[in-house]
Amino acid sequence: MSAVTPPVVPPVEERDRRDGKAGAVVREIMSGSVVLSIAAILLSFVIGGILIAASDEDVQETAGYFFARPGDMLGAILDAVGGAYGALLRGAVFNPRGDSLGEMLGPISETLVYATPLVAAGLGVAVAFRAGLFNIGGTGQIVAGAAAAGWVGFAVDLPPVLHVIVALVAGILGAAVWAGIVGILKARTGAHEVILTIMLNYIALRLFDYLLTTPVLQQPGTVNPISPPVSGDAMFPSMVGRLHWGFVVMLLAVVAIWWLFAKSNLGFKIRAVGLSPSAARTAGINVGIIYVVTFAIAGGLMGIAGSAQILGTERTLTGGIAGSIGFDAITVALLGRSKPFGVLAAGILFGALRAGSRTMQASEGVPVDIVLVVQSFIVLFLAAPPLVRAIFRLPAPGSRATAILSRSKGAKA
Amino acid sequence: MQLELRGITKRFGAFTANDAIDVVVEPGQIHALLGENGAGKSTLMNVLYGLYRAEEGSILLDGVEQHFSGPGDAMRAGIGMVHQHFMLVPVFTVAENVMLGHEPTKAAGVLDLESARARVREISARFGFDLDPDARIEDLPVGVQQRVEIVKALSRDAKVLVFDEPTAVLTPQETDELIGIMRQLKEQGTSIVFISHKLREVRAVADVITVIRRGKVVGSAEPTASSQELASLMVGRAVELTVQKQPANPGDVALSIRGLSARNEQGTVTLDGVDLDIHRGEILAIAGVQGNGQTELANAIIGLLGGLEGSISLEGRELIGRSVKQVLDAGVGFVPEDRSHDGIVKEFTIAENLILDRSDREPFASGLSLKLGTVREFAEQKSREYDVRSQGIETKVGRLSGGNQQKVVLARELSRPLKLFIASQPTRGLDVGSIQFVHEQIVATRDAGVPVLIVSTELDEVVALADRIAVMYQGRIVDVVAPDTSRERLGSLMAGVVA
Repeated sequence: MSAVTPPVVPPVEERDRRDGKAGAVVREIMSGSVVLSIAAILLSFVIGGILIAASDEDVQETAGYFFARPGDMLGAILDAVGGAYGALLRGAVFNPRGDSLGEMLGPISETLVYATPLVAAGLGVAVAFRAGLFNIGGTGQIVAGAAAAGWVGFAVDLPPVLHVIVALVAGILGAAVWAGIVGILKARTGAHEVILTIMLNYIALRLFDYLLTTPVLQQPGTVNPISPPVSGDAMFPSMVGRLHWGFVVMLLAVVAIWWLFAKSNLGFKIRAVGLSPSAARTAGINVGIIYVVTFAIAGGLMGIAGSAQILGTERTLTGGIAGSIGFDAITVALLGRSKPFGVLAAGILFGALRAGSRTMQASEGVPVDIVLVVQSFIVLFLAAPPLVRAIFRLPAPGSRATAILSRSKGAKA
Repeated sequence: MQLELRGITKRFGAFTANDAIDVVVEPGQIHALLGENGAGKSTLMNVLYGLYRAEEGSILLDGVEQHFSGPGDAMRAGIGMVHQHFMLVPVFTVAENVMLGHEPTKAAGVLDLESARARVREISARFGFDLDPDARIEDLPVGVQQRVEIVKALSRDAKVLVFDEPTAVLTPQETDELIGIMRQLKEQGTSIVFISHKLREVRAVADVITVIRRGKVVGSAEPTASSQELASLMVGRAVELTVQKQPANPGDVALSIRGLSARNEQGTVTLDGVDLDIHRGEILAIAGVQGNGQTELANAIIGLLGGLEGSISLEGRELIGRSVKQVLDAGVGFVPEDRSHDGIVKEFTIAENLILDRSDREPFASGLSLKLGTVREFAEQKSREYDVRSQGIETKVGRLSGGNQQKVVLARELSRPLKLFIASQPTRGLDVGSIQFVHEQIVATRDAGVPVLIVSTELDEVVALADRIAVMYQGRIVDVVAPDTSRERLGSLMAGVVA
């Protein structure tokens, strides 16, 4: 009778699922282990590799005579996948073909340039997650922050050093106010933040497009929707190559958010509200205010992302200033389990994927979209932990003892 | 039909919920499964009902081994379940609910509602239930809803009926009627499994009592066994079922409620002109069937309920219009009725739960930062003081037993200077040992001169704790009586009958 049975879903989890709370999903994702995240990343790269191989011409050709000379096809697969991922690494981490040390290390700094807004925005999503809130409004908030920072950058005259600081603060405040609207509406009316943030994305984008055609943001003497360049004083100074001081600001934000949740009473209250709004309310915590404050903090972080874009790399405001950062941030936050240093690691990984994908396309002809596929699969696997556990035979949370027990029993039998 | 559970073992991870349990229910027998909450009774029944699969053991009906992979299999085999929380669709009629899941159809799949109605009438007539097949569930009283559950099970020819804590939601009268129904079912040959932790009911109705403790059968008893014997089997040691307390020494009126009225979101009146005074150093207990405004009364005082009329004054200070935080700061301690939902954050540690209400003030905070050392010391001290059994203060509260969770709530709420203490359902779902501890704390609070308001649907608890009993019915205080009032009279008051 000691047959190995499949892991049982513990009753607590089951109850949460029956409650149908979206928060339970977030909690499930946040409680996953680092092992699970790494497993998801590995799996996604394997699938990416399959796609690379399948779309490679040499592989397709050798597949035609696979049964005659299987070695040819295997070799072609290795060439295609190895070449593509090798190029990815060369573009993202270290380029051994570089002429100088600076050129060799160029890729890693490029990775960090891409990672800077991703990590900041990822934190903006993660902070909201901790309060049980979905911040899908990254795009709108980044636009608001970038517009505010950019405007201070080109329209206001300030001495050096001070100028970049004021521009950054303006970016943070602009995005915080834009996100704060969501918090206020949710606290006051009970409207759902997912709807609010998505709708505010459209409002922000359209308003921004409009302002780019008015004297407020538009460059004088042009008909294109583009702003004047930000004054040199207001740009983040360069550290190494394209890597700018916005990276350090992002690192400070990571530490600040770590402190918020590990050491501060505000973070304590945000976590309490996220885990059980009713218990928090009963204990005298004003849940509405926490929603507003959380969204303002989340927005401020998006503002850092927006500032990093305009003051770090772009220099002029255009309709595409936010790119897909607002949505990639959700992936980064999920992969980072909404933990500050997890988000940092996830953001750097995604930055590396972006930086590397260009080299991959340029030198191997593998489309950039492969990277998007890999990213999407990472999210897919994170959202379905039982799937990853089944593939890698990882124990279910809380059932470690049984798994080991049944395994040892199975070995004896 | 004879039901035999043989060597049932069910584990959740490392936790063994059922450990080689053997139970035999003879045909036409009322078999009580007695045990504390968390003893494993419901798990066992979920195994029987096909909701869980046991790791070991077998289920036999009339000697034939059964394999249930879901409730459907169990129902087809003749097992019916009357759940503690009714599985009824509120906006459906009685007949619609009864046929749900095995809808009779005419040609071309058209629903045959008429035959469902006839079935309801036939079964109700057999037991004298007087059920209207066309009544909507949400319009029926709780006791009648329960009968619909019973009819639902019987309409599928259940030969074994499982009642899971059926009296939790009933008035004493409805409980008596249910006991009558169970006897009637038994006479008609139905085997009954009656799950309960209430000694009185078990002794009144059961033919055989099996006591379960920590997932194991620890003994069986005849219904003639005394309450003390059964209770000590349940908890594994001798317990006192009465609350030790001196007569109250009431002082001035501390809390004064006048004309308190409220409506819920649907516009229904939930509180209807409540007038109530509570004195220092007395325990006033609110008795009543669940859903008669007790929850709203407690929430109104604490500031969780908006749109109130009337006044609530604590030592001369008006509480209406204040935030929860202001009310707590005014010196109100509050044990909410839904502990796991409102009382604790399950994923938080013991230490974190203990400062939930004052994370932003001295001595636990300076500015924005938490003084984690002070928080730890406080948690260590309170855990010792309140005997919270855990693997340390960093244990997640959700992993503790109900009794230990409640100790955490009590430790938090009683460690502020209090001018009023409110406890709703303070011992719901707790084991006998924890109940005793909670009751002692409540009496000690009273003896320290604090006015105490208890809300409980357990009449035994109300009678044992109260210095005065206020009975609530449909949002009104029907009467305030002494604790030695007869149960019959309390029962009629709870049903709104003012003699």
